[in-house]
Amino acid sequence: MQDHPEPDASPEHAKLNCKQVSVLLSQSQDQPLGMVERLRLEAHLKVCRGCDNFRKQLDFLRRALRRHPALQDDDET
Amino acid sequence: MQADADRFAQQRDYLYRYALLHLRDPSRAEDVVQETLLAAMESRSGFSGKAQLRTWLTGILKHKIVDVFRRQKREAPVEDLDGAAFESDEEFGDLYFDPGDRDHWRSAPRTWGDPERSLEQKRFWEAFDACSRQMPAQIARVFMMRELMGLETDEICKELGISANNCWVMLYRARMNLRQCLETRWFGDQT
Repeated sequence: MQDHPEPDASPEHAKLNCKQVSVLLSQSQDQPLGMVERLRLEAHLKVCRGCDNFRKQLDFLRRALRRHPALQDDDET
Repeated sequence: MQADADRFAQQRDYLYRYALLHLRDPSRAEDVVQETLLAAMESRSGFSGKAQLRTWLTGILKHKIVDVFRRQKREAPVEDLDGAAFESDEEFGDLYFDPGDRDHWRSAPRTWGDPERSLEQKRFWEAFDACSRQMPAQIARVFMMRELMGLETDEICKELGISANNCWVMLYRARMNLRQCLETRWFGDQT
């Protein structure tokens, strides 16, 4: 996975692009993000509807898998 | 002992469905379920409740499934077992993001409205399963171990002998893949 650019003084470089955000959002499903990453992420999500939708959809996928019909109780038998 | 056998056999359907989600191959799923029930018979622990029994059997089944994954990995080269070459991270990224437009989405994820309602619909799950089957085998494997078995990424890496980075790459690709597919086949039709 591509390295995230180190935060530096320039505001431009501090901003994440959508590809980077998608990677971070996926990683956040598996381990907590650091504070700096979280702040940069939130800043992007505030202004990017597509990425905000992506975040919601990842959460939904997780919930959906847990409710897969194959895993449901069939105690009617 | 016959009572045990009957109670175990009642769980067979559930165990098969569980195995099939992970292994995707009906005969392999049958095999691991059979092995699981045999192992359970040999051990013959006494469980009073159905739920406890199912949990215990599923635990045995999970180990058997992971054994299959480990064997498959040993027997086949590191590349995708389906034969398709693994794209580099950059190639994969270019499928979804436009490098000529500051890596913005080529097709931004749309609003899905109230997606929970779809979980009640059989047709949704048919689309979901079709999308899952579309994923390359190795990626599906890691994804199911994470989301269905609920294993932590370091456990998955250890069991399958892959690096943490590869784990994350595969989970990322699974999610990107699945999300896109569901939007195309199901949610995208919403106005």
